Amino acid sequence: MESLFGKTLDELRDVTVILGLPSYTAKQIADWLYGKHVFSIDDMTNLSLSARKQLKENYKFGTEACSKVQTSIDGTKKYLFNTSVNKYIETAYIPDSDRHTVCVSTQVGCKMGCLFCMTGKQGFQGNLTAGEILNQLHSIEESSRITNIVYMGMGEPLDNLEPVLKSLEILTSEWGYAMSPRRITVSTIGLLPAMREFLEKSEAHLAVSLHSPFEEERKMLMPVQQVYPLNEVLQEIRSWDFGKQRRVSFEYIMFRGLNDTPEHVKELTKILSGIRCRINLIRFHPIPDTPLDTSSDETISAFKDALNDKGITTTIRASRGEDIYAACGLLSTKKLLKKS
Amino acid sequence: MHVQQHTLTRQSVLYSEKIAEDVFILGFQKNFDFEPGQVVGISVEENGPRRLYSICSGKEEDHIAILYNVVDEGYLTPRLSSLFAGDSIWVTEPRGDFLYDPGPSFWIASGTGIAPFYSMLKSGNFDRKILLHGERHLEKFYFYDEFYDTLGHNYIRCCSGEEDPAVFHGRVTGYLRSLPSLPLHYKYYLCGRAEMVVETRDILIERDIPFNHIISEIYF
Repeated sequence: MESLFGKTLDELRDVTVILGLPSYTAKQIADWLYGKHVFSIDDMTNLSLSARKQLKENYKFGTEACSKVQTSIDGTKKYLFNTSVNKYIETAYIPDSDRHTVCVSTQVGCKMGCLFCMTGKQGFQGNLTAGEILNQLHSIEESSRITNIVYMGMGEPLDNLEPVLKSLEILTSEWGYAMSPRRITVSTIGLLPAMREFLEKSEAHLAVSLHSPFEEERKMLMPVQQVYPLNEVLQEIRSWDFGKQRRVSFEYIMFRGLNDTPEHVKELTKILSGIRCRINLIRFHPIPDTPLDTSSDETISAFKDALNDKGITTTIRASRGEDIYAACGLLSTKKLLKKS
Repeated sequence: MHVQQHTLTRQSVLYSEKIAEDVFILGFQKNFDFEPGQVVGISVEENGPRRLYSICSGKEEDHIAILYNVVDEGYLTPRLSSLFAGDSIWVTEPRGDFLYDPGPSFWIASGTGIAPFYSMLKSGNFDRKILLHGERHLEKFYFYDEFYDTLGHNYIRCCSGEEDPAVFHGRVTGYLRSLPSLPLHYKYYLCGRAEMVVETRDILIERDIPFNHIISEIYF
């Protein structure tokens, strides 16, 4: 049975047409689905009984409770949701004083095969629907407290563009969650045509996984560099107006002896010249069978200082939830490997 | 102002041939040069969604070919499979850096990931190469004759779904695991689905192959 949750207002209008309900019902349904925090069609109490009956006969509400939750000593929570393909996806809730960030997944597994990524080891199992993406926000205990959303969980968001854009529409529309797009960041490894479409159709922030400014080195880390090289991604970014309302940031995982040298600082400064951006340095959490190691805290700190000295705002992302394997893919991959 | 998009140009389909269950080879007019190993973006509509496909024809051939697997729930491949000679498709200029390396190399492919290696072979580039090709069914070693004629016993077929005395029974990863050692000075070119590429890469790293000797092209 089809889900109501995850439908846009236009799609809900189609539902009302199909069921012969008054057209204003679509907005009422949207309000119950996204504005009010309900979990069943029966809870939509301003709809007539016959309308609710018709909806129940033809649609399911469409949210899904989490199957497991783990809490870190630092307050980070990792939620595990079962999906339609019977595999798990992960959602991280990261509280930080008055900021409550949720990191959502967009695919079950991933196709991109980055060398440092645990999710990639699961292979690709399927795309999430807009409803499954939004469910990760709707069905967690902290739902009403969320201030920020990052599309940085399992999967490459822009490899599942249509549902991602649909979920963004629902999150940012007045009839939906009415959230500011400035509180949402979508991450990508740089799938160029999809990135261009995302920039055209959404106002959310963009985060690009960079990880090395050198072409050959980046190819070793990220096969996508073979077809969508970083210089083309940066050229596209240069053509957009970032730095005011909308931001672009670059994610940079620090690997010992590989991408943490003064030459990297110099090259980053060169390639990012003219782009108002921020670099987030990330400690690498080693995964099985990886030839990569994490840079020392001293190296990361010196790298940050060197970039800041060059005029690029650079921060070190605090590692959160390490005791519960909160980094993307770790928990569900462990569960999957255990199962197999 | 946006940077120049990778422009789609209209091309005429020259042929569309089903070469195995769900696998098609599509040939179209050539109006650009390319390097074997490169990909092109293909669409069936001028402003429709496009996907990248490895070129599967030789550099000197008078047309371009791509190889693809029909994905029933996909948007593009069912439409591509219904095209005939004379129909139009929209094609981007070639791109990509998964290119031929003259040094000794393993070429490792699963499914239609064989395409860039076939393009290299058809372009006369195959010295000191060992090709591992993984498929589920024997009928899908569609380029067997040409690869065997050129590479001889350095063309190794791995079939996971059917048995044949001349074919390794299992996946390419199983074949690699069965080898007592792997040459450290070789380059390893991997092409195909992420699952194969990631698992193969893990095996190679376990076997101490430097990761700058592992070059991956992933189909997504």
